[in-house]
Amino acid sequence: MPDVQALVNEFLNKLKKRKIEGSQATAKQTAELLRSVISQQRVPRTNQAGALIDAVRAIGEQLIVANPIELAVGNIVRRVLHIIREEDLSLTTAAVAELNLSTVSDDDDDGGGGDQDDRPVLSAAAVAAAARNTLRPPSLQMLLEGAPDFVAVPRSSSSGGDSEGKSKSMDRNSRTRKLKHDIIEAVNELIQDITTCHELIAEQAVEHIHQNEVILTLGSSKTVLEFLCAAKEKKRSFRVFVAEGAPRYQGHLLAKELVARGLQTTLITDSAVFAMISRVNMVIVGSHAVMANGGVIAPVGMNMVALAAQKHAVPFVVLAGSHKVILVYIGASTCRGPMLCPLYPHNPEVLLNELRSPSELLDFGEFSDCLDFGSGDGSPLLHVVNPTFDYVPPKAVSLFITDTGGHNPSYMYRLIADYYSADDLVVQRRHAAGN
Amino acid sequence: MDARRGSLPVPRVRQVGFFTPNAQPAPTRSQSGPPDSSSPPLSDSPASNSLSPVMIPPPRHHSDNLAAAPRPTSPLPVPEPSPFRRRGADNNNALLVGSYNPAETLLAMSPSSSHVGDGESEETMSGGWFRRSNSGKLASSLPSGTFDFSPVQSTAEALKPNKVQNPVGISVLNNTILAEVSARPAPKEQQPEAPSSSKQPKPKLTKAERRALQESQRAAKAAAKAVAAPEEVATIKSVKQHQTQKKDAPQVAVSVAASERKGGDKSQEKERRKDAPAPRMQFDDKSRVEKAKRRSVVDQTEAKKRVELFRHLPQYEHGTQLADLESKFLQLDPMHPAIYKVGLQYLAGDISGGNARCIAMLQAFQQVVKDYSTPPEKTLPRDLTAKISSYVSFFTQCRPLSMSMGNAIRFLKNRIAKLSPSLSESESKSSICTDIDRFINEKIVLADRVIVQHASSKVKDGDVLLVYGSSCVVEMVLLHSHELGKQFRVIVVDSRPKLEGKALLRRLVAKGVHCTYTHINAVSYVMHEVTKVFLGASSVLSNGTVYSRVGTACVAMVAHAFRVPVIICCEAYKFHERVQLDSICSNELGDPDAIGKVPGRMDVNYLNDVSNSGNLQLLNLMYDATPADYVSMIVTDYGMIPPTSVPVIVREYRRDHLLI
Repeated sequence: MPDVQALVNEFLNKLKKRKIEGSQATAKQTAELLRSVISQQRVPRTNQAGALIDAVRAIGEQLIVANPIELAVGNIVRRVLHIIREEDLSLTTAAVAELNLSTVSDDDDDGGGGDQDDRPVLSAAAVAAAARNTLRPPSLQMLLEGAPDFVAVPRSSSSGGDSEGKSKSMDRNSRTRKLKHDIIEAVNELIQDITTCHELIAEQAVEHIHQNEVILTLGSSKTVLEFLCAAKEKKRSFRVFVAEGAPRYQGHLLAKELVARGLQTTLITDSAVFAMISRVNMVIVGSHAVMANGGVIAPVGMNMVALAAQKHAVPFVVLAGSHKVILVYIGASTCRGPMLCPLYPHNPEVLLNELRSPSELLDFGEFSDCLDFGSGDGSPLLHVVNPTFDYVPPKAVSLFITDTGGHNPSYMYRLIADYYSADDLVVQRRHAAGN
Repeated sequence: MDARRGSLPVPRVRQVGFFTPNAQPAPTRSQSGPPDSSSPPLSDSPASNSLSPVMIPPPRHHSDNLAAAPRPTSPLPVPEPSPFRRRGADNNNALLVGSYNPAETLLAMSPSSSHVGDGESEETMSGGWFRRSNSGKLASSLPSGTFDFSPVQSTAEALKPNKVQNPVGISVLNNTILAEVSARPAPKEQQPEAPSSSKQPKPKLTKAERRALQESQRAAKAAAKAVAAPEEVATIKSVKQHQTQKKDAPQVAVSVAASERKGGDKSQEKERRKDAPAPRMQFDDKSRVEKAKRRSVVDQTEAKKRVELFRHLPQYEHGTQLADLESKFLQLDPMHPAIYKVGLQYLAGDISGGNARCIAMLQAFQQVVKDYSTPPEKTLPRDLTAKISSYVSFFTQCRPLSMSMGNAIRFLKNRIAKLSPSLSESESKSSICTDIDRFINEKIVLADRVIVQHASSKVKDGDVLLVYGSSCVVEMVLLHSHELGKQFRVIVVDSRPKLEGKALLRRLVAKGVHCTYTHINAVSYVMHEVTKVFLGASSVLSNGTVYSRVGTACVAMVAHAFRVPVIICCEAYKFHERVQLDSICSNELGDPDAIGKVPGRMDVNYLNDVSNSGNLQLLNLMYDATPADYVSMIVTDYGMIPPTSVPVIVREYRRDHLLI
């Protein structure tokens, strides 16, 4: 599959050079890339889902390494993996159910391996059902009844399903095609979701913005822009304060677009956020990624805004397309339970950040005489810090508005369970450790 | 202070919020010279410098201050109805009882003045008016004369039967009163223009009064043709008498008031109330703005797109007036060139920073005083105060005054008003010049040194200090600590659009201080490693609010959230008794265009084409107010205090400020 590899390499280059900006664009391109990978992947006769998973995972790893800060890539890879598993399982379950209905009598012949002999008749169905359960969001009952069983099950699920399918070779061709077809359909759906998540979020704007509201935002986010414009289209009149978001000045861009759409916009410096927040009714911001604990990775400066909002009891609303930005982040390597990994980010400001060029703050040459002042004793006198992201702790966030509705920060872990398979968390971590 | 420092290396009183017990400043630090030299002259009272900051000595001059100067210090920024009313009544009583000749009474004044108007020009009349107001005491009591008219009006009806022989006089009087009443809003409106100096309205009041007088004269001229002309000598005498009555009246009133209110306690309270700052000019009040504009030298064009929330603040097009003013340089004869120069520097932004602006202003005033000669028929205190007031309003037009400048102006005017009349002109001038020098030295230069001593005792080895913007005191603290050989790192946080931190960074790096430079958005990224935050202030308000460069509040807030102590370095002369809760009500707006343009970044020019769209407003705030909760400690020349102690300092030391 040379052409796929070329595509992958091209995308990798873009990621490495940070040519792709914004999590939505990244997410969409990742999904499209994975879709072509899946469609081009030659599937072996046996264990097709496993082969697909391996292929996707291998490419996903490269993508993640290329830009570890662009969390949307990893999220999409996990989503696709999850889709593959889900589709595989649904097919297996259907097949097994059919099998059990039609050939209850000859399941002794089917059981090739010795370990299968002493299993009960409906073991395959039970396994499939259990596997399905693990892919589903974990319920409180499951947690209480002992998660470890279910942790173990998914690993054998694919092989169990395949051993079942091994006997039915006549179904093979149709099933292969059906699996791939289903998966690609699902990935298409995912891409669709990513594309339309702005609209879904923007639809909720009128429920949150009232007449004469004063809204503050920082930096630029397409979601925020759509959100505000949707409210504007519904004849709400309100004014927007835009903090410029130095040193990238994305706020200027947002202000420009808001003005072009006829919104009353006031551009302020970032330092004036505290001064202005007392006259603001609501802070609406976009995000880069959302942590499982409800914390937000957002453009730099957001923590300041969040603290100011908290001080003045101004609601701090984060807009996040759930498909692209929900991040599963495994903080400590000690947390082994994949079901509900605590997922508390450890020092995310530092670990999940990216330092940009100092030239955005100081012109090259302006301090060149100072930067190597201390070169004699090894450490330079002057450092310039220019981080890209800020971490906003969950307690500072009042509300998440996602395409599935509004959520509390404390509910975020649940959405993650909806979208990602617990299996992939572990896998991802193992690979990360390997790297 | 030194003796105590020797035994207690860390000032015991001021461990606010944090305390590092193992950190003891080296003896060399605690006993270094400046406090020695600086503390004694900080105030006359010997107690104040040897005491630890909690124990605030009672102001020594308080009582004799009151006794010696019952009224003249208060030029009625706030009209108090009851004393005036009583004084009006007093006045009338005095008139009725003491004057036999109705021509000598207040009521007869207007017709007589009309005759003056007949004989001479009106200007000479007003000149005569001023010539007679010779002493400073009279000068300051003069404006109160304005208020005398309103009670008179009410009593005028009662007096009618007595004045039958001169009905014209009454009608003219009524005209006068009406003119007064109509003229009175004008001075009131002009008051807020000089926010922090309560003395300023005085000359304007008299100007308005003069205008009112002229109007009344005109009216009288028209109405009182028929009245026979008495001798001019008599009229002048009557005016003189009228004034002496006026001069007496306030004192009588005060004594009555004092006796009624049982002693000096109440009157002290009253005086304090008078000291309360006058409301500032609100720029959303159209009529006042119009009036102010007519009188202004600087021709400011108002910004076309004004931010709705800040209509009460002046919003001007920046960069338009400078050339215009420069061209006027040679034409403006009443303006002293030193003043003009400093004003232009304010306007162009060449001088910024509270101390620098204040010193520049004071030195310009010093120049003015040196070149000053009392015009004939005027007195030095009165005329000089008027001149300074006009200069101050010029400065205000160039750039709104900072509170520290307000305090300095108040000090200066107070010194001028307190000049002993027995001094000759040159003596008075040199006395004022020395006073200005002393203010600069003791309140700014030496105060800074004391602050540096205090604050650098808080810098320990291994510290990571965060500073914001560029404050000269903080810079001195850092450099001094560096000179002492302490090992620490500085994080310079900067913000647009002024990027003042760059200059500070350059100076620090040149001195070999290890620095990290970042912008304000990244402050929570760097705050993890910070151990202390040092911030400067433009002013500290008496509710503990720190009024400082915009962004200070953000930095302090983030530091507070990360449990990092915030230390404010601020000279005590910048303390102000005003209170403020937010940064909206009183602020200064910078050039809005500076927001849209990002110099040096070609890729960021999104707003080049839309900046004239109606919906887009650019807001360039200059200051913000940091709530007292975020401040761990304020280092002043009186020691290290918590923000809750600011009103104490303001109350107890303010008289010292004024008297030195």
